[in-house]
Amino acid sequence: MGKKILIADDEPNIVVSLEFLMKQQGYEVKVARDGEEALAAVAAFGPDLILLDVMMPRMSGYDLCQKVRENAAWQDIRIIMLSAKGRDVEVTKGMAVGADAYVTKPFSTKDLLARVREMLGE
Amino acid sequence: MSDRVRIGIALFAAWGLVLAAIAAAALLVGADLADHQRAVLLAILQERAASVVLVSLLLLVPLVFILNALFRRYVKAPRALTEDIRIMLTANPAHRAPLRGSAEIRQLAEGFNGFADAHEALKRDVEQRVREANARIEQEKNRLAALMSELAQSVVMCNVEGRILLYNTRAMQLLRKPLAGEAAAGKAHTLVGLGRSIFAIFDRNLIIHALETIHERLAQGIRGPVANFVTTAPAGQLVRVQMAPVFGAATDAATDAATDAANDAANDAATRAATGADAKDGRGGITGFVLILDNITRRIESGNRRDLLLQTLTQGTRASLGSVRAAVETIAAFPDMDQAARDRFIGIIGEEAQQLSAKLDETVSEFADSLRNEWPLEDMRGADLIAAAQRRIESRLGLPTKLEAVDESIWLNVDSYSLMQGITYLASRLQEEFGIREIRFGLEAAGALAHLDVIWTGAPIGTETTMAWQTDAMALGGEASPLTLKQIVERHNAEIWYQIHRPSHREFFRIAIPVTRPEEASWSTAPAGESRPEFYDFDLFHQPGQTPEQDTRPLAALSYTIFDTETTGLAPSGGDEIVSIGAVRIVNGRLLEHEVFEQLVNPRRSMSAEATRITGIENAMLEHQPTIDKVLPAFAQFCEDTVLVAHNAAFDLRFLRLKEEGTGVRFTQPVLDTLLLSAVLHPDFESHRLEAIAERMGVNPIGRHTALGDAIMTGEVFLRMIPLLAERGIRTLGEAREASQQTYYARIEY
Repeated sequence: MGKKILIADDEPNIVVSLEFLMKQQGYEVKVARDGEEALAAVAAFGPDLILLDVMMPRMSGYDLCQKVRENAAWQDIRIIMLSAKGRDVEVTKGMAVGADAYVTKPFSTKDLLARVREMLGE
Repeated sequence: MSDRVRIGIALFAAWGLVLAAIAAAALLVGADLADHQRAVLLAILQERAASVVLVSLLLLVPLVFILNALFRRYVKAPRALTEDIRIMLTANPAHRAPLRGSAEIRQLAEGFNGFADAHEALKRDVEQRVREANARIEQEKNRLAALMSELAQSVVMCNVEGRILLYNTRAMQLLRKPLAGEAAAGKAHTLVGLGRSIFAIFDRNLIIHALETIHERLAQGIRGPVANFVTTAPAGQLVRVQMAPVFGAATDAATDAATDAANDAANDAATRAATGADAKDGRGGITGFVLILDNITRRIESGNRRDLLLQTLTQGTRASLGSVRAAVETIAAFPDMDQAARDRFIGIIGEEAQQLSAKLDETVSEFADSLRNEWPLEDMRGADLIAAAQRRIESRLGLPTKLEAVDESIWLNVDSYSLMQGITYLASRLQEEFGIREIRFGLEAAGALAHLDVIWTGAPIGTETTMAWQTDAMALGGEASPLTLKQIVERHNAEIWYQIHRPSHREFFRIAIPVTRPEEASWSTAPAGESRPEFYDFDLFHQPGQTPEQDTRPLAALSYTIFDTETTGLAPSGGDEIVSIGAVRIVNGRLLEHEVFEQLVNPRRSMSAEATRITGIENAMLEHQPTIDKVLPAFAQFCEDTVLVAHNAAFDLRFLRLKEEGTGVRFTQPVLDTLLLSAVLHPDFESHRLEAIAERMGVNPIGRHTALGDAIMTGEVFLRMIPLLAERGIRTLGEAREASQQTYYARIEY
């Protein structure tokens, strides 16, 4: 059966592409438009991997990431942070709060897919 | 013994000696004679006994003449010379001794006259030089005053206790404080004034921190050290402050040290410690500091706007590009997707491209007029920053600190005060909310970043709490800061987060901050201490700070606020209210007529006809005035650190005391009452009304029955009382207060 991917991003234009790509790969996809919706989706949907935007309304990607990592049951969820913030300090912070990878926008979809596959152990 | 008696004694002594010599000669001759010869001689003498006595008495006459002459030449002449010398030395340097007495005494007088000539010439020369020097100083002072008034910056100079010695007009304009809630009406009072405390304007800790920074730089041998910081002026403007030390003259170091020792008890220990009056490289210690203030509110605003623009530009571009690239790559990767999906992707590309162009246009047009960000960050060794934070945490919170691995080679570009404030704030919350008993610090390099860690062990705190700490307005021991930790960190282009290292149970806040390389030159923006013009002759440099030990200070050395209130009537507890407060200050024995406080107050009730008749204040004049809860805090600030003086002070104080609860303003400083002091000075006079005293003291009544007019008159009267009190042995504040309390009038209660 396909692995589950949660896309948490408030920009619809990127979500369209990400959703299309992930579905094409045979993953089961769910989309969240803000931080709190995403946190609810983590609990309800139980994703294997989260594509997480840093700047979202209501709760930032950093905060969400830290909350996920605080829960023992969610330690296996892989998190890839996607962000338009590309400064060193922001990348460092992303990794420190528990992301498995930090990808700066714009990114290559091919590389991203490769990262996702690798993280899901395929 | 009078001269006559002395001459008499000498005369008889001389006479006795002559007679004794004759008698001895007679005895010798007599012993040599044969018996019959002696008998014949005795017989002859016995016959002529009367003649013998007469001759011996006549002997007195030449003796009197000789003794008189001797006395004149050898006693009276030197005595007159002594008088002459005394006159030359004290009263009249042009006086010369006339030549009298013996040749020796005359020579002596000539010698003294020669000395007197030299002394007179020297004295004239010294006086001439003093006059010239004074004229030069006066000229320099005038030039300084002209220069200061023309400066675009605000300048304030203070002594080490933070008392203002000098300020310019711009400083007075910048450092005004609007009455609470009256900013729109343009009602404001200035906070600067000679002898006032700078700490009423800027946070004491901020100033002390800057002084410490200067000291550390001096210790490191940096010439012309200055410290920069940004703070808010009382009216809310952002001000960039440059602090430069003022050194005492090297030769004064010993005197300074003596004065310091004498003043130590009275001085603020913290300020003293920060300035440490030690002499370095031949100069005296720091005796004060100059603050150069620059209003950067507008510059910061435009700087912030530029930052915002840049950020929206880069982040917006990245986001749009991300969407475009993903869409394009998806179309390319799936050439056989259906038409609807393809249209959707192409739509996204078009839309994002248009957004990009719009954003670019907007940014270019706005970016043109944005200025450079002027927020001054200073280069500082990371280890020094941590050491400063440790000191602060230990002294402020009593919380022990330790160092873990600290990389001594790391330099940071920081606003050290706000960053330290942030770190102390974190420590205080850890202590208060989680009972953490020790804080440790770590500093390590991580590429272009440095990791500054605030570390502790204990129960995990959780991200929820730590996130709130970052966005709460910081408050520390009653000191509120308008900033949040997040803002401080952002100002440094840094990020902060909370992390747990589970295996070691260590938790820490990590501040990732860009490292910098130190630039020695950036410190020496001001000329070196030696070349700065020397205008140190301000009396206040030697003015001790004012503290509870005030009671032992001489009255003439204290600062006073002389005030008066006008009221709606005479019964404070019967609902009468203050309608006007006027006050003036006395500093260093001078009434400062330009540093006054004058404010009408809306009493929220109407004036009695009687009160209007006396004060000339009508109800219509009060309608748009601020109410007492707005005026009293401003007045309290005006009187800060001074002794209050009023005529019949008990009456005015009663009104103020009744307002303490409602306004939260307390007047705790010592108070002197000219009415009581007058009763101390002239217990026999019946009237101690202000007019009567003023008349006795020769003070012209001006502007009577306006609060300010009465305050000025009271001040003049008070100044004249100080020497009169001293004649009665009342020299210190404590003595004046004690004497006041013992008068009859002190027992009247309102």
